[in-house]
Amino acid sequence: MKTKQVNKSRRDFLRTSVLASGGMIIGFNLFNACKPDVKPPIDLSLLDYNDFNAFIKISDDGKVTIFSPNPEIGQGVKTSMPMLIAEELDVAWKDVNVVQGVLDTKNYTRQVAGGSQSIRQGWEPLRQTGATARQMLVNAAAAKWNIDPSECTTKEGIIKNSNGDKLGYGEVVKEAALLEVPENVKLKDPEDFKIIGQDISNVDIDKIITGKPLFGLDYKVDGMLYASVLRPPAFGQKLGSFDDTNTRAVNGVQDVIKFGEKIAVLATNTWSAMKGKKALKAEWIEDSKPENTKFHDEKLLGLLDGSSFETLRKDGDVKNAFSEADFVLERTYESPFLPHNCLEPMNFFANVTADKIDLVGPIQTPAGTAYGVAQMLGRNMDEVNLQMTRMGGGFGRRLYGDFAMEAAEVSHLAKKPVQVIFSREDDMEDGIYRPAIKYRIAASVKDGKMTGYHLKEAAINSNMYGLIPNFFPAGAIDNYQVDVANYKSNITTGAWRAPYTNFLASAEQSFFDELAEAMQVDRIQLHLDLLQNVKGTTDDRIQYSPERLEGVIKLAVEKSNWGKTKDGIYQGFAVYYCHNSHVAEVVDLEMQNGFPIIKKVTCAVDCGIVVNPLGARNQAQGGVLDGIGHMMYGELTFADGMPQSNNFDTYQLIRINQTPQVDVHFVESDMEPTGLGEPTLPPVGGAIANAIYAATKKRIYKQPFINNLELEALKL
Amino acid sequence: MPVYQLEINDQTFNVEADRDTPLMWVLRDQLNLVGTKYGCGIGQCGSCTVHIDGIATKSCLLQVSQLQGMKITTIEGLSKEGLHPVQEAWKEIDVPQCGYCQTGQIMTATSFLKNNPKPTDSEIRNAMQTNICRCAAYNSIEKAVKVAAKKLS
Ligand code: FES
Ligand code: FES
Repeated sequence: MKTKQVNKSRRDFLRTSVLASGGMIIGFNLFNACKPDVKPPIDLSLLDYNDFNAFIKISDDGKVTIFSPNPEIGQGVKTSMPMLIAEELDVAWKDVNVVQGVLDTKNYTRQVAGGSQSIRQGWEPLRQTGATARQMLVNAAAAKWNIDPSECTTKEGIIKNSNGDKLGYGEVVKEAALLEVPENVKLKDPEDFKIIGQDISNVDIDKIITGKPLFGLDYKVDGMLYASVLRPPAFGQKLGSFDDTNTRAVNGVQDVIKFGEKIAVLATNTWSAMKGKKALKAEWIEDSKPENTKFHDEKLLGLLDGSSFETLRKDGDVKNAFSEADFVLERTYESPFLPHNCLEPMNFFANVTADKIDLVGPIQTPAGTAYGVAQMLGRNMDEVNLQMTRMGGGFGRRLYGDFAMEAAEVSHLAKKPVQVIFSREDDMEDGIYRPAIKYRIAASVKDGKMTGYHLKEAAINSNMYGLIPNFFPAGAIDNYQVDVANYKSNITTGAWRAPYTNFLASAEQSFFDELAEAMQVDRIQLHLDLLQNVKGTTDDRIQYSPERLEGVIKLAVEKSNWGKTKDGIYQGFAVYYCHNSHVAEVVDLEMQNGFPIIKKVTCAVDCGIVVNPLGARNQAQGGVLDGIGHMMYGELTFADGMPQSNNFDTYQLIRINQTPQVDVHFVESDMEPTGLGEPTLPPVGGAIANAIYAATKKRIYKQPFINNLELEALKL
Repeated sequence: MPVYQLEINDQTFNVEADRDTPLMWVLRDQLNLVGTKYGCGIGQCGSCTVHIDGIATKSCLLQVSQLQGMKITTIEGLSKEGLHPVQEAWKEIDVPQCGYCQTGQIMTATSFLKNNPKPTDSEIRNAMQTNICRCAAYNSIEKAVKVAAKKLS
């Protein structure tokens, strides 16, 4: 791409230039734009034009291309983020082409898809970017016409003046690119939105449904070898001796390489690599004590019974409230380890050569991973090029770059381009799991009012973080305390869709149902009453809005016909705030042969302005159904340090015949958009447990729920 | 290594492979037909679904040596002229989330609808349960199969 002249705004938010091939290009750094409070590691003004990772190109014929560098794990941001730009640029969506740009991982440290934050952080800056470009085009047209820019209007890529003259964007791009970049351009009134709020299809839809190469596993280059890696079968083991005679005899196997505690089998095709791995004979030595599920259960219950807690929030005096109470309800909720099971198993491509390192694959944290590889191999960051592919699911697993590090190390040792491929078994056995966690919740009641609330968490490896201890019901009860403790295990754990809240919400919302019953009050009214206490709070750790929670509760109650369903349908309710979004859900279920069949879920969501209702509905439905699947069936147990499931025959994922219809209702809002990748998942567990209680009078305290149901009922 | 003659998407390929190599890996690694996906390798997830003589079959369970004389269709060969009505329906409903399972879902749905053009809701749910969608885009899949059935009739 040859550029003639570069214009930049004072704060280097945007730069524009004329393209030698015609048209104009506007560069900005998406991640920088979306995170204005994060300082780039070096002075932007020193950087070359290439340091912008996102571009809008407007060609002479008015066609608009948006190069989006976004990690796409299935949350739809590759579609919704360009929509924000196109809206303010004021072009028709059908004239916009979205292209996955190449990432610049060298200079920026904040390139992450996770935590449902992308759209929230991009809301202002991306619209600013589009609006600024539009203003430059208008300024150029106004100069041509010799009038003031304020006399011009735009519509779908056409600039008009009051005399009725028209100029297409393509006709003024050359001039526009040379103008000064205006600052603080006015944004559209949400009422005038034409693209935001419309149903827009996924920009990759055609490629996905025709099977074009898009994903990490689809990537290949000439001479690439496929690597299957043998890792210690149990946590707590290291490699002793090994014998690769049989492996080397497998057709297609090219090399066997030991690295660290692992052995890579390199072959000309995946099957040979996998066969070669199976043929390895290895001896494993105990390095630390292997653990099992019973041991974890005892440890975590021991922590809950003990006193070695860290206090994350303390209001008033819980102890005192409990001692003065009419009664105290205390319950314990338990959850197991969970694997992520992205349908595309972990994989990465690496080609480490003397002068550079190419890395290609599905990763949610490209910058951190590139940095990790450079560190490991003692190379400079500017020798590392990382390209992201579409990801066959993330759910938190692809925040960790272990597979990319493996690929880099193996390629470095083999001096060949290599793709490391996890088999499904590897993927489930060598995970970075959702840790097993147990909660103990106690609440005190006096004179018919809740007076105290004490939440204790005991988790494997690490505890809830950030603002989670300040989520509802924090702020609603005078005496409130959150205590956490953990046990450091040799099993690797990490983030899993809606970390911590994915089970915490279920536990708390089941508890509230039981508490309301013990208090002999209506469960919905109990929530509404508690929320009254939070209104007008000045505690800035409280980021949920009592009004918005009230809003979703009322919407869910109305849309689900709460309490008015026909005989044989049992309902359960739950409400939760996380990832800046407010969600209430009602589960309708029916008992068939003693087994609960979920018929319908009503899901009321307040996520601010809904940028792309089509994508948003899909996300919300997927979150609910994923939640149902894992709450009902999800569990990874360990024996002698070894995961006891390693493929879909021994680990149950939800299938279509087990899914209810999910009716999603969005609260109409003009607030900035918030995340949707995660927040519909956490409440559903509570809603199911409460509906099962309504149907069976049996409370469920343990995930997976299926283990709590009569075995007889499992014969479906 | 033995050579096998395969009839894929109306083209003949000569493939050199060990006799136990699953068709899935031959398609992906040797023939660059990467629309057929690997998800489990044991016939549980359906990502690798292709048609063998028109019938949806999991290509991870088929050995390359078993396929002489059979007509293999992959997602790449599903339709010669643009999109198959099932793909059209997938597009209309905007089914995919991450998208990884979707070629397999489409292959299962096309074969199913061919044999059962007017399915009931429970027949759809029954037929599509061979395919896992980890993103749980199941409501959309169900809707898309219904839309596709209408398009085909
Ligand atoms: S890969 Fe064949 S069924 Fe899963
Ligand atoms: S869309 Fe992600 S697995 Fe189905």
